[in-house]
Amino acid sequence: MTPEIVTLANNPALYLVSMFAKIFGVFAVVMGMVAYATWVERKVIGRMQTRLGPTMTGPAGLLQPIADGLKLFFKEDIIPTKAHKVAFLLAPMMILVPALITFAVVPFGGDIRVGDYLVPLQITDLNVGVLYIFAMSGLGVYGIVLAGWSSNSKYSLLGGIRSSAQMISYELAMGLSLVSIFMLSETLSLRGLVEAQSGYGWYAFKQPLAFVLFFVAMMAEVNRTPFDLPEAETELVSGFCTEYSSMKYALFFMAEYANMITMSGITATLFLGGADGPFPGVINFLIKVFACMFFMIWVRATFPRLRYDQLMNLGWKIMIPLTLVNIAVTAVVIVVLQ
Amino acid sequence: MFKEFAKGLSITFKHLMPGHSTTVEYPKQKLAPSARFRGLHRLVPAHQREKCVACYLCPTVCPAKCITVDAAENERGEKYPRVYTIDLLRCIFCGYCVEACPVEALEMTGTYELANYKRADFEFTKERLLK
Repeated sequence: MTPEIVTLANNPALYLVSMFAKIFGVFAVVMGMVAYATWVERKVIGRMQTRLGPTMTGPAGLLQPIADGLKLFFKEDIIPTKAHKVAFLLAPMMILVPALITFAVVPFGGDIRVGDYLVPLQITDLNVGVLYIFAMSGLGVYGIVLAGWSSNSKYSLLGGIRSSAQMISYELAMGLSLVSIFMLSETLSLRGLVEAQSGYGWYAFKQPLAFVLFFVAMMAEVNRTPFDLPEAETELVSGFCTEYSSMKYALFFMAEYANMITMSGITATLFLGGADGPFPGVINFLIKVFACMFFMIWVRATFPRLRYDQLMNLGWKIMIPLTLVNIAVTAVVIVVLQ
Repeated sequence: MFKEFAKGLSITFKHLMPGHSTTVEYPKQKLAPSARFRGLHRLVPAHQREKCVACYLCPTVCPAKCITVDAAENERGEKYPRVYTIDLLRCIFCGYCVEACPVEALEMTGTYELANYKRADFEFTKERLLK
């Protein structure tokens, strides 16, 4: 039970104010992180490839995301003549919106006390929080498939088809890797999951295999580099967003990074104890999110893209059996310990 | 397999540490060319005039035929190049002219920023080459 409902529900005005404050706060922070994640990514990958990354716009290239945004804003917005207009316009939004609204269930800190009220730092706590996350990440795929199909271009279509195949394979492994977590926590609510991990009982330690499998499947979900087959600049000329330009392209770009942030937040919540740790709540959470994002960037700078058959092999022949084994072992251990 | 993954990650992480970047931010920083670099030509001056004695060896040896020399005699009875022009658009920077010169009147400098706006600007006359 969320304390907010006990205390703030008696005062609808305060409840609304706290809700809006949290929504706008989270939205602003996520969008700011999206902008600067691009800068960090370019800087870090540049350094890792013994380059410098952006240096010209502002000190250390810090104004680069703003310059990129302005440039995309003033670009010509092209819709191919044979594209399906409605779907073509809808697709970028259908990718970005699920990426952003997934964050609604992620607790980004402990409860804070404002006057007589306890305000949880989570927009809303669903008792089926994890299912909601899966539903939203599944919805994001529709955006990619729609973008691929509506562009009426073979590259885009291939990107869309690849992404749907990839999502189906990896969503399974992702869901199954979390089953072992629920067996320990006995709840699907993200708030409950964080409470079950408090005091450094993080599931990353208790379930290391599930953690690794989840992280790999997550990178496949957000189309990050070893699994960026739907985009695949070198073979599909950026896949599903080949035909997009201007702000619509920017939306795809933002969606990729928003997805990255959301998935890092979910990893931090499910496996790294959410806001549990040595610092005040929100800082712990942000450190974990940044660590996950840094790792994804690091992996992108290091490993080449998988071939399509390797991707499918990894998904169906390695990940899914391993998750099933993990579930069986966890079940046996739980029963034995009881 | 995991050992290789870890190795790859450690290599990229090592490169992230400061001091591994090999980038030279060109317009701000410039690399000094080596002493043997063959850049823009220069006529060596000596005693208030160019050292060149207008022997025609450099236009003869030039494979790109980019050097124009016209000899004349000055008030002291010395042979000197009245006209000495290098067409930089034709020059291939082979350095044969420098090798051929018997009096070491021609050398190649480290100047490599040779872009210009007009074709006429690539005509390096005696005055410009003496600078």
